[in-house]
Amino acid sequence: MPAVRIKDQWREQRLFERRALVCGALMVLAAVVLIGRLVVLQVVRHGYYSELSQGNRVRTEPIPAARGLILDRNGEVVAANQPAYQLELVPEEVPNLQQTLAQLAQLGLIRREEIDELTRTIDSSRSFDSVPIRLRLSDDEVARFAVRRFEFPGIDIKTRQTRWYPSGALAVHALGYVGAISEQDLKHIDRAAYAGTALIGKLGVEDAYERKLHGTNGFREVLVNAQGRSVERQGAFVPNLRTRPPTAGDDLLLSIDLKVQRVAESALAGHRGAVVALDPNNGDVIALVSLPGFDPNLFARGITPAEFGALANDIDRPLFNRALRGTYPPGSTVKPLLALAALTYHVVDPKAHRYCAGSFHLPGSSFIYREYHNEHHGNVDLDEAIVVSCDVYFYGLADALGIDRISAFMAPFGFGRLTGIDIPGEKSGILPSREWKERAFARPADRVWFPGETVSLGIGQGYLSVTPLQLAHYASIIAARGKIWKPHLVSAYRDPRTGRMQRIAPATEGEVPGIAPADWERVVRDMVGVTQRGTAAAIGRAPYTFAGKTGTAQVFTVARTERYNVKNIGERLRDHSWFIAFAPADAPRIALAVIEENGGAGASAAAPIARKVLDSYLLGPDGKLKPAPAPPAPAPPAPAERPPPPPAPAHTQAAAATT
Amino acid sequence: MIYEDVSAGSRTRRTLSGAARVLFALKIDGPLVVGLGLIAAFGLVVLYSASGQSIGTVVRTVMRLALGTVAMLVLARVNPNFLRRATPWLYAAGVLLLVVVAAAGHIGMGAQRWLNLGLFRFQPSELMKLAVPMACAWYLHERALPPTWMSLGAMAAIILLPVGLVAVEPDLGTAALIAVAGALVVVLAGLRLRVMVLLLALGALAAWFGWHFMHDYQRRRVATFLNPQTDPLGAGYHIIQSQIAIGSGGIFGKGWMNGSQAQLEFLPERSTDFIFAVVGEEFGLLGLLLLLLLYAFVVARAIYLATQTQDTFARLLAGSIALTFFVYVFINAGMVTGLLPVVGVPLPLVSYGGSSVVTLLAGFGILMALYSRRKLVGS
Repeated sequence: MPAVRIKDQWREQRLFERRALVCGALMVLAAVVLIGRLVVLQVVRHGYYSELSQGNRVRTEPIPAARGLILDRNGEVVAANQPAYQLELVPEEVPNLQQTLAQLAQLGLIRREEIDELTRTIDSSRSFDSVPIRLRLSDDEVARFAVRRFEFPGIDIKTRQTRWYPSGALAVHALGYVGAISEQDLKHIDRAAYAGTALIGKLGVEDAYERKLHGTNGFREVLVNAQGRSVERQGAFVPNLRTRPPTAGDDLLLSIDLKVQRVAESALAGHRGAVVALDPNNGDVIALVSLPGFDPNLFARGITPAEFGALANDIDRPLFNRALRGTYPPGSTVKPLLALAALTYHVVDPKAHRYCAGSFHLPGSSFIYREYHNEHHGNVDLDEAIVVSCDVYFYGLADALGIDRISAFMAPFGFGRLTGIDIPGEKSGILPSREWKERAFARPADRVWFPGETVSLGIGQGYLSVTPLQLAHYASIIAARGKIWKPHLVSAYRDPRTGRMQRIAPATEGEVPGIAPADWERVVRDMVGVTQRGTAAAIGRAPYTFAGKTGTAQVFTVARTERYNVKNIGERLRDHSWFIAFAPADAPRIALAVIEENGGAGASAAAPIARKVLDSYLLGPDGKLKPAPAPPAPAPPAPAERPPPPPAPAHTQAAAATT
Repeated sequence: MIYEDVSAGSRTRRTLSGAARVLFALKIDGPLVVGLGLIAAFGLVVLYSASGQSIGTVVRTVMRLALGTVAMLVLARVNPNFLRRATPWLYAAGVLLLVVVAAAGHIGMGAQRWLNLGLFRFQPSELMKLAVPMACAWYLHERALPPTWMSLGAMAAIILLPVGLVAVEPDLGTAALIAVAGALVVVLAGLRLRVMVLLLALGALAAWFGWHFMHDYQRRRVATFLNPQTDPLGAGYHIIQSQIAIGSGGIFGKGWMNGSQAQLEFLPERSTDFIFAVVGEEFGLLGLLLLLLLYAFVVARAIYLATQTQDTFARLLAGSIALTFFVYVFINAGMVTGLLPVVGVPLPLVSYGGSSVVTLLAGFGILMALYSRRKLVGS
């Protein structure tokens, strides 16, 4: 390179042209690379990108199936569907979930306290599924959201069917309710089947028959833009989109008679208690009452923590299903059963009189078992002992029978085990026996059965405990002279489109074995005596004969779980009042059990309620006994498991024990 | 017979020869104007669709095009010698404005890029896109080529001062384009190959260092370029969606205003930086090839004009303007198709917005001025 260079225009021109040529070549190369890239994108991988683009713009939206209706035996609707606005959120389209929820809370559309719970539900949902975050918006709330909608990508107002219980709290403990799908529920349901559905059955029939009621979701493809909003068309192009209609869930027909249910609820209104009425001929549940109840619509619309707190902390425990889960000593209501046991095992001569002086004690023991209210019944035989409910007579009877025979004989009547009713949650109560006591207690000294404990069983006290459902079941077995039917609330499904009914055959559990027909009739006659001249005679004569038995249960189970409250302690330590009954006595159509907690003696509190229920079911508008319904075409009864029969009556032993 | 030729010639021919005379009087290059006009027209058609059928957007773009055309017409009539003499002042003014922007510029888009002049916002960095290659060409004009080390040092200073100022705005895309425009002058001036290799190596080193001084979003852009699928809803979203748009367009496209990616707004910045993808989706491979062909024609014509100029300043500046135009197109198309990282470079004459249209047409005006006055330059 020369030290001093002179500008040579000609040479520089050539240099420039060479450079321009090289640049031109490089540009051609770059263009070839670019075009190659375009060919790869638009020709080679065109199919792949077309699919992605299709997936971008078309979203599949579920069309929730209409939930099946629930009707009572007369066709009255108990649970219906009602359209309502709800707020739904598609997780993948929300840029900042926490901020969005906070803003919604600020607008008053959701509560600040539920943000955490909502976040968990949203996190456990599929990112493309619409998650309901607020049910039943009011018109005002819809308007409030609508004007700010642009601030909330991924959130939209949808019209959905929600559950509506036209009769409110009526039969709520049988019906159950639907509530928002929780994290727990998400673990055991098919999420695809519940996409777009906010509600799921939580208890009772709504829960037990969830599969039948739910139906099958349909779907609809919609065109969406990048914000996830559905749009009518894109530019000039209206695409071809698919839809599949949903299949509505089946309607359920309950065996419950709402008229009877209403009568029972109003008769018990203002008290804590339960009424269970069964059809002894097939196990139909005619009424199932547990009071106090609550309005299931609270849950269907989304219950607030305050509302739930009020229900959960109520001292009367409205959420507690007493009919299925309340366990109480049955009191004297078991006396007919013990009489039947004594007759079957020939433990007593029914004609033989015993003298009741108001108290009983075991030989060699100083402990005194007292008569209720210290009454003196004088000389009573078996029949009279039932009619006047003589405790002293049955103390001796129980002692004579012994614990083994008592528990073996009571078992087929459903004591100590689940009735198998078609809704979840029932308790089995306790049927004491030597084996039970050995299992139930820890200390060796407690695990031995004492003869004194058998004596208490004679009047339905001691360890024995039952649910109102179990006691109604027992009453219906007596009414049916030993035939055992599994109680059920749902008697048929109905296809909502065709109206075709599918009856559910009642399930029999066979018969209580080894009881002579004469013994059945004797006990039934004695129970009729109770209502005509005995402890329940006060409830008056009816246009039908009915059998019943009063009972009085000493309080300890429920009181034990209640909070100590000086103001209420007096009332809440009163005895529970029981009454079981069936009618008409010779061909029963209804059997029931009534308990009024802390109602005092069975005769005064529970029996009048039972009478109203029986009347409402059996009497026509003219006040006369309705003709018996024609028995339905005998469906082949489905045999169900049942326990082995009790040991054959040991006559010799029995005779020896009778003194 | 000449008389007959003119008088008996068709009306078309008379019109054309008339137009040629007008263009000559205006110092305008016919083929270049036709090429630019076709690109702009195609651009308006695409923009109408890409903006969601917004006629307002189209009108505003037409107004910007008109402003650019005026700038082009004015600059085409400027004497290149005057232009050359004015270059140092222009450059100095540009640098000063960049300093002002950095100090008290209008805040927008998280960066300071604009001076608010009341009627419109003025981006000094746009001015530097022209001022930097002009300054480089001006510096080399008096000196023998290829440039000496001394000259290279001076060029580096001329280029890196404004590039640094723009980069801290921060506007990495524009800074890179300014650097490219200046560097192209140096390359066209005959920078030796081994020096180029050395500089590229230095550049790579600088890039490695630069990574440590980048803003987060700039780093993300680079990272996303390397692997777009890692963050499909974040920074990678742009690239994925634009590739889907182009790929789903196929050979013939989905049709004007029928691109679902663009119309349903899956494609971000559909009417600005990513409008190339809209062309690909709605007009397919054929539409893109047509657009690229128009660009190629304009670039080729511009380079041809550059080779016809007769002094160093004109040659280097004209060549740089022509090549820079190509670089714009390639960077934009490369980023939209996923060949290059996402940098904010608009597609020339097609993308909506900004003052880049004016700068671009002004550049072509200068190019035409340099070409049309070539006879006046003594050799």
